[in-house]
Amino acid sequence: MSGPRHLYVHLPFCSSRCGYCDFVTAVGRPDEHARYVEALLEELKLERDLLAPELETVFLGGGTPTFTEPAALERLLDALPPAAELTVEANPETVTPELAALLRRAGVNRVSLGAQSFQPELLAVLDRVAQPDTIRRAFYHLRDAGFGNISLDLIYGIPGQSPSDLEADLGEALTLGPEHLSCYELEAKPGTRFTHAHGAELARQAEAMESYFELVVDRLTDAGYRWYETANFCRVPEAVGGRDLRARHNLAYWLGRDYLGVGVGAVSTIENRRWRNTPRLRAYLDALSRRQRPERELEVLSDAVRREERVMLGLRLDEPLVLGPVAAAVDDVALERMESLGLASVSRLAGPATISLTRRGRLLGGGVTAEILA
Amino acid sequence: MDQSHIRNFSIIAHIDHGKSTLADRILELTHAVSSRDMREQVLDSMELERERGITIKAQAVRVEWKGHQLNLIDTPGHVDFTYEVSRSLQACEGALLVVDAAQGTQAQTLANAYLAIENNLEIAPVVNKIDLPQADPDGAAAELADLIGDSPDHVLRISAKTGQGVEEVLDAVVERIPPPGGDLEAPTRALIFDSSYDEYRGVVAFVRVVDGRFERRQVLRAMALGTRFEAQELGFFSPNRRETPTLEAGEVGYVITGLKDVSRLRVGDTLTTEARPAAAPLPGYKDVKPMVFAGLFPTDSDDYPELRDALEKLKLNDAALFYEPETSKALGFGFRCGFLGLLHMEIVRERLEREFDLDLLVTAPNVAYRVKPPHGDWREVHTPSDMPNEVEEVEEPYIKASIIVPKEFVGAVMELNNDRRGRFDHLEYLSEERVHLMYELPLAEIVLDYYDQLKSRTRGYASFDYDVIGFRPGTLVRVDVLVGGEPVDALSLIIHRDVAYDRGRALVERLRQEIPRQMFDVALQAAIGSRVIARETVKAKRKDVLAKCYGGDITRKRKLLERQKAGKRRMKQVGMVEVPQEAFLAVLNLNEDRK
Repeated sequence: MSGPRHLYVHLPFCSSRCGYCDFVTAVGRPDEHARYVEALLEELKLERDLLAPELETVFLGGGTPTFTEPAALERLLDALPPAAELTVEANPETVTPELAALLRRAGVNRVSLGAQSFQPELLAVLDRVAQPDTIRRAFYHLRDAGFGNISLDLIYGIPGQSPSDLEADLGEALTLGPEHLSCYELEAKPGTRFTHAHGAELARQAEAMESYFELVVDRLTDAGYRWYETANFCRVPEAVGGRDLRARHNLAYWLGRDYLGVGVGAVSTIENRRWRNTPRLRAYLDALSRRQRPERELEVLSDAVRREERVMLGLRLDEPLVLGPVAAAVDDVALERMESLGLASVSRLAGPATISLTRRGRLLGGGVTAEILA
Repeated sequence: MDQSHIRNFSIIAHIDHGKSTLADRILELTHAVSSRDMREQVLDSMELERERGITIKAQAVRVEWKGHQLNLIDTPGHVDFTYEVSRSLQACEGALLVVDAAQGTQAQTLANAYLAIENNLEIAPVVNKIDLPQADPDGAAAELADLIGDSPDHVLRISAKTGQGVEEVLDAVVERIPPPGGDLEAPTRALIFDSSYDEYRGVVAFVRVVDGRFERRQVLRAMALGTRFEAQELGFFSPNRRETPTLEAGEVGYVITGLKDVSRLRVGDTLTTEARPAAAPLPGYKDVKPMVFAGLFPTDSDDYPELRDALEKLKLNDAALFYEPETSKALGFGFRCGFLGLLHMEIVRERLEREFDLDLLVTAPNVAYRVKPPHGDWREVHTPSDMPNEVEEVEEPYIKASIIVPKEFVGAVMELNNDRRGRFDHLEYLSEERVHLMYELPLAEIVLDYYDQLKSRTRGYASFDYDVIGFRPGTLVRVDVLVGGEPVDALSLIIHRDVAYDRGRALVERLRQEIPRQMFDVALQAAIGSRVIARETVKAKRKDVLAKCYGGDITRKRKLLERQKAGKRRMKQVGMVEVPQEAFLAVLNLNEDRK
């Protein structure tokens, strides 16, 4: 075993907290950024032996990685092991020409920009700091700095959002011509302030989202994007000189590959072990200042569970899932039933047998997967 | 003891009118139980009975009062057990008829009073709870006196709670209730008025010896069923079990039979001795038949053996409970159970869930039907799906309903009864304010929600009792429900032709709300034979995905998926359609829509 070729680095800091967000975040605390980066590098040092000698992808997620103090961010980027794909998540209001140049200089070759919406009132509902123009400017700053692989995040099902709002958001996003788009339905966690504030409207959106999902898929595929994962789209290779613009780091998750995650609350999966670092910033910093591993929650994954996950994740992709290695996790009778309903198809013609979902099958992917799993 | 010093009596009362409290007070006064270690309501032994304030199984307690042996025979307090009540009363010469001074006569008071009169009992009227601020002892006494044709001065006024007047009650039992008049020299005859089951000793029969005497170790015979056994032990309760060598004419006690099957010794049967059998049994034995049926299915099909064992055990104590295996295409393996009535069904179901910890799905109850197919013989049908498509004649059980309400609710009650195919019999004023209505109704019309409706339309004032009076022809049809083209046996119902359309429509509409959207359109149809009378569609889902899923989300998403999958396992599969268990109760809730 050569170890995982994928590294996730979590940067929890944000300028403010968005009501709907449930990631591990920490507001402000600029004085702690440098110390946190040192802790990250310390953890990485402790775990370096787990990783493969050469990495395929590194992903800096958050939080708002680009909210991190520039000097600390630069120190981190310089110290990270090189990788073919190096992605950083960014919030529009943090993207200045200087920051774009810094990222570029440090070898970042992909930026995922959290746009979420282009409607001022919807951005306000989400507690987003950026205005529509802030998003556009950020995008062009990145382009100007030479980024040729930019992804935009959009959210739908926002309280108050109408179908025409969504159409407008998709239109605005397409106008910018990003290489990649991630479109998520808003997930309002029960018990959060956000859910409490928007309860009735969220219920209405839940119904509307049925058609929203189809609308997103139709609009983006019509515009020449490949619907390669349930919530992710990239420009088709033919339009971009044959480049495969799928997010390689995320693809690793969906293909069931191993990965190492460092940082507060970060998750790693290596062979039959998955662990989550403590989500408490203080505890994380303290442990690493003593050069000790942070407190972790460990989950042991049986072969059966990993197979189950491979099916769950694999069926999110447009590429067929090779049946052989996961056959034990698949209920053949249910699979046949899904075929007869026109939701899945099994190919046994050439090479190993594969499962793929039809368009409608992918729209119902959760239910279909629950059926297919033995 | 000399029969002239024996008094056998019951207390009859409406629920909550104070029967149990009076019984407790009597035990206390006669020193059968000291008040210190007396558990409230000694006679009601089962936990469930205490909670519901009713007594399911009768027992008898012997006490001493001023040189007399008094046997207090407890009676079941509810409509479903009328036959058992009548047997208990037959074991007595008299009864205390107890009425709440604030509430006055209720339907059950009437029903039981009439039973007592039919059994030629001497009735001592008692107005209880005279200590309550809202009590109207004079009004209640006048009503009672009128009911039994006695003078209001003769009505005893007591508070069982405080003990006021209870000694006078005991004196009245001795003075007014006649002693038994059996023939001590005649061949032995004893009435079985109740039975219970003891895990170690087998069936215990509660008997009233009418003629002759029993001795321990005698071989006895139940005359109607022909069951023979040796009397392993004789005795009485006081209130604890006390063994005696003999039981004589006029006395009340128990016989331990050693029988391992309650159905071999039925309430109402007559015991005699094998050596010198009586020429004829005591009158009045009836084979009680269940009238209300429902399917009981374990929620988890793996629990089927547990359900079977639990029913077997319940049956040991409840000879009236009937069950046979039933296989439903939709619900799997279960049992079709027959009950005396609704309360009986409720009690059995609760005991199964509580004492045996079973999770049950109970289908909508239906009544027993008699059907005659063309060119065939009459037979009884206990499940709607067993009703043949073609029938020449159908008969359904009818009841005589007795309802007492304040006069301003007469209109509301009449309207309800008309909606339920009721036939007005007669009406009488019990007092200036309160009216007694008698109706004949199909039993099927009351099995679902009649009582709830009656209560809500009379703001809780109505009291209700009924008696099954036999089978009568009905214009009945079977309505089937098809889900995705597949008939669902558990949802079939038998109803009057005139309401078939409305009920069929309401049923599929209700199902549409209960069946979650699937990955394809699901047609819901109600049909009579091959004719579809109502149709609805559950539209296919258009989206069912877990929004985003990255490295940190995988475990949580997997668990969501596992939960989704577990949720499906709780669904019942009808063809390709997953139907939640609750949908099978749609039939039960139909009447919520029917105003």
